[in-house]
Amino acid sequence: MSELISELDAAGMHAPAGPVDATHGILLYLEEVSVSFDGFKAIDNLSLYIGDGELRCIIGPNGAGKTTMMDIITGKTKPDTGRVFFGQTIDLLKLDEPAIARIGIGRKFQKPTVIEPLTALENLELAMSGARRLRGLLSTRLTGEERDRIAAVLERVGLSEQAQRPAGVLAHGQKQWLEIGMLLMQEPRLLLVDEPVAGMTPAEMERTAELLKSLAGSHSVVVVEHDMGFVRSIADRVTVLHQGRVLAEGRLEELQAHPKVIEVYLGGEDARH
Amino acid sequence: MLLPRWLLSDRAGLVMLAVLVILGVGVPILNLWVPPDHPLHVTSYTVALLGKYLCYALLAVSIDLVWGYMGILSLGHAAFFALGGYCCGMYLMRQIGTRGVYGHPDLPDFMVFLNWEALPWYWFGFDQFWFAALMVLAVPGLLAFVFGWFAFRSRVSGVYLSIITQALTYALMLAFFRNEMGFGGNNGLTDFKDVLGFSLQSDSTRVVLFVLSALALAGGYLACRWLVSTRMGRVLVAIRDSEDRARFLGYRVERVKALVFTFSAMLAGVAGALYVPQVGIINPGEFAPLNSIEAVIWVAVGGRGTLVGPVVGAVLVNYSKTWLTTALPEVWLFALGGLFVAVTLLLPYGLIGLLRRRRESAS
Ligand SMILES: Nc1ncnc2c1ncn2[C@@H]1O[C@H](COP(=O)(O)OP(=O)(O)O)[C@@H](O)[C@H]1O
Ligand SMILES: [Mg+2]
Repeated sequence: MSELISELDAAGMHAPAGPVDATHGILLYLEEVSVSFDGFKAIDNLSLYIGDGELRCIIGPNGAGKTTMMDIITGKTKPDTGRVFFGQTIDLLKLDEPAIARIGIGRKFQKPTVIEPLTALENLELAMSGARRLRGLLSTRLTGEERDRIAAVLERVGLSEQAQRPAGVLAHGQKQWLEIGMLLMQEPRLLLVDEPVAGMTPAEMERTAELLKSLAGSHSVVVVEHDMGFVRSIADRVTVLHQGRVLAEGRLEELQAHPKVIEVYLGGEDARH
Repeated sequence: MLLPRWLLSDRAGLVMLAVLVILGVGVPILNLWVPPDHPLHVTSYTVALLGKYLCYALLAVSIDLVWGYMGILSLGHAAFFALGGYCCGMYLMRQIGTRGVYGHPDLPDFMVFLNWEALPWYWFGFDQFWFAALMVLAVPGLLAFVFGWFAFRSRVSGVYLSIITQALTYALMLAFFRNEMGFGGNNGLTDFKDVLGFSLQSDSTRVVLFVLSALALAGGYLACRWLVSTRMGRVLVAIRDSEDRARFLGYRVERVKALVFTFSAMLAGVAGALYVPQVGIINPGEFAPLNSIEAVIWVAVGGRGTLVGPVVGAVLVNYSKTWLTTALPEVWLFALGGLFVAVTLLLPYGLIGLLRRRRESAS
């Protein structure tokens, strides 16, 4: 796979050429990516592949580089070395954050980030792909089709009743769902979800798990999470990140028996908090 | 009524516009047609003073658009105001013609005094009203666009951005103080005679300028109100509250900022252009960093992010200033500083916020 990407690189075909090409079953390629901050290697020769339609969990202790990895995929941080491709043709390192968002990568931040003075509905309207053109931006009303799309997403994230409430007054869990709803409005191929259930009640966690599972298949979903119970409930494939590199990858049950994983992560689960 | 929805829901704005209409009709009548000895007569001095307040109010609205809605605290907006003012002043200088002290047909007095032979290239065209009017928009707009393009692209924001806007207006002040710049140096541009052939000393011209200021304020207000009620308005709020969120939703934050900043600077330029013929002078003092800070205080006092509040703030603070600087001149700056501190601590949404809170607790 890595030869294929180097070939494309050499042929100069790295411009965002049309729609995403995931014909090889892989949607996201990270290869030998490294980045350091003031000499500290936050990501160290990391390689990771996310399948088309896959739901992948990434776990790892605090400071393992999970958020930094998302920063690299979404263009916020440029790596020192390595390749990051979306499908086989789109070189993400050549694009900036808005361009990456527009080709179909949505990102939920670790801290819930909704626009508090705007209503839930307005937040979704803001996120609507297609609203970014100037003509769409200068309109004061929604078309019927747009209204339907927003209603469908509100329904999906369970916020239909809250549509007219300012996002700032929503409960913590509802804000998280609203942010996931905003990603859905972007019609992404890939969703990057950073710690979605931190601070949620068990019931909210369960709903979040249902939501994320329902998205897999039609989207690829990468979930960073600390909560083992939650990880167990959603993903069958889990990647363990440690000190900026992949420590192990596989089914959660296998990983829990993995001596190195036990040592750095699972064993220290209580000590982390 | 035949008003669009975005305006109908804006109660405070409609009240403000109604007051502007009443002033725009009433003040001319009370000045021109009510005899001077009548108690209801409005003096020409008052007309000019009110006109000046309206120009300040437009400046405040332009600041609120970028600060209140987009989160960019510009401490250099008086520079755009002053540039608009200079463009207008250059036109008015060219209208003096041979009536200057030296009677030169082309050169303003200060250039003759400096022994200049010919008009510098950048003064060409300013004898034409349309050209000057275009420059009133283009000069502040272009400066804001270039400045914004570089500042926002390098992701300068927060306090750093505020500081460089202060540096910008300070640098312009120093430049305009220099005689060699060709803008009248220290004295600036003054001794204006007429505009489009109408004498600036006549009451009717002053009344027309006042009405134009009211129209400009109403127009500027409506444009901003409309903009913030579109989806673009929500993008601005998103940029203010979470720039990264906006960026990761696919918005080109830098471009939006540069465009809105440019539009805001043009509004400030229009305000400055209407201000100059009413006060009769423009000099480099208008670029003083303190002027921009004062204008931000008007916005804070009236209520940031409300568009109406800044109008109220600009008028009230300037009315107090007019009154205080005659009664107790040495107190003014302390009063202004104290007001700012008090508003920041006690009234985060300014006077308009106070009204809203009253209404909410009453209902
Ligand atoms: N912009 C940055 N500047 C300096 N250090 C950073 C930056 N971003 C992340 N780091 C460091 O990189 C490491 C990985 O951080 P992060 O990706 O946030 O970890 P995780 O999300 O797995 O908890 C941490 O040690 C963090 O301090
Ligand atoms: Mg993190």
